[in-house]
Amino acid sequence: MSVSVERMVKVFERPRSLTGAHSTYCPGCHHGILTRIIGQTIDDLGIVERTVGIAPVGCAVFAYRWYRCDALQVAHGRASAVATGVKRARPDLVVFAYQGDGDFASIGTAESIHAANRGENITVIFVNNQVYGMTGGEMAPTTLVGQKTTTTPDGRDPALFGYPIRFSEMIAQLEAPVYVTRQALFDTKRIQETTKAIRKAFTNQVERKGYSLVEVLATCPTNWHMKPVEANRHVAEVVTKVFPLGDLVNRG
Amino acid sequence: MPKGTVLVDEERCKGCGLCIAACPQKVLGFSGRLNRSGYDVACMERPESCLGCAFCALTCPDVAIEVYREKVAS
Ligand SMILES: Cc1ncc(C[n+]2csc(CCOP(=O)(O)OP(=O)(O)O)c2C)c(N)n1
Ligand code: SF4
Repeated sequence: MSVSVERMVKVFERPRSLTGAHSTYCPGCHHGILTRIIGQTIDDLGIVERTVGIAPVGCAVFAYRWYRCDALQVAHGRASAVATGVKRARPDLVVFAYQGDGDFASIGTAESIHAANRGENITVIFVNNQVYGMTGGEMAPTTLVGQKTTTTPDGRDPALFGYPIRFSEMIAQLEAPVYVTRQALFDTKRIQETTKAIRKAFTNQVERKGYSLVEVLATCPTNWHMKPVEANRHVAEVVTKVFPLGDLVNRG
Repeated sequence: MPKGTVLVDEERCKGCGLCIAACPQKVLGFSGRLNRSGYDVACMERPESCLGCAFCALTCPDVAIEVYREKVAS
C-alpha cells in the first residue's frame, strides 16, 4: 500500500473482541457485518471476559471462531434453550444466541418462543435472510410470497406453503420480552441503527432487564442469485415491505 | 475538510463491492488485482477525495478496512 498513514490517526480498526480468523461467509453476506457489530458491542461494553456466544446450525455454524469470548455450537434451533441453561447456571455471564431464520423460526420454533415467554435474561440475534443459506437456498418460513428457492422453483405459493411468518411480531405479543426490534444492514444509516439496537439488547441483559430480540434483515447474495449491491437494494425496496423495520417492544 | 485514507487488507477482501457502493466520495474501486483466493480486491482509485468517514469500513462484511484521518490542529 503506497499511502502513508504516519501523520494520521486511526479512526476505524478491527474490534479487539474479534479473532483474526477469516470468515467463511460468501462475498457481501451480511452475516459478516453483524459479526463486526457484535464484536464492537462486546468491546464497547468491556464484557469480552464474561460473554458467551451460542452459535447455531446454518452459515453461522462457525461463529465460535470469530470472537475472543467463550462460545458453544449447539443443535439446530436450540440456541435460545442452551442460552437459557448457560445464563441460569451462571447469571454473571452475558449470553447471546445468534440464529438464522431456519434455526430460530423453523426447527427451533418451540425453544425460541418459550425462551422469550419465560423472559430469560438473554440477548437473541435473529438473522432473517429468507432462505436456508447453508444447505443451498431452500425455502425458509420467512421466504417471501413468489420468491424462488430450490424447494419453490416456481416461487412460494401461499396455497401450498403458507405466508412468510413475522416471528418478531409473534414474540412481541408475549408479556415478558423487554425489547423486540427489527433492523437492517442495507446502508450505513441502517448499520448504525442496528449497532445501537444490538448495544441496547446487550445492555438490557447486563442491567438484568430480561429478554431482548434483535431481528436483522440480511442478504444472502449467493442463494438469491444477486450481486451484493443488488441484494441490498432488494432488502430496501422489497423485503422491508413484508418485514417493516422498527421497534415492536421497548420496555427498557 | 480533514483528509482521510483507508488500508484494505487484500487477503481478507472478497471483492463484494459493498464498500465501493457505500463511499459517498466515490473513492474506491476494483483494483484488478486478484488475491490468493482469487477475488478482485478493492482499492483507492481517487485517494485525494477520501474524508476518512469510515462508511466503507462500517459496510465491509470481512472487516478488511482500516481508516485513518489527518490530525487536525486543535
Ligand atoms: C437437526 C438438523 N436438521 C437439519 C439440518 C440441516 N441444516 C443445516 S443448516 C440448515 C438451515 C439453516 O438456515 P438458517 O437458519 O436460515 O441459516 P443461514 O444458513 O441462512 O444463515 C439446515 C436445515 C441440521 N444440520 N440439523
Ligand atoms: S450462503 Fe448466503 S447466508 Fe450463507 S454465507 Fe453465503 S451469502 Fe451468507
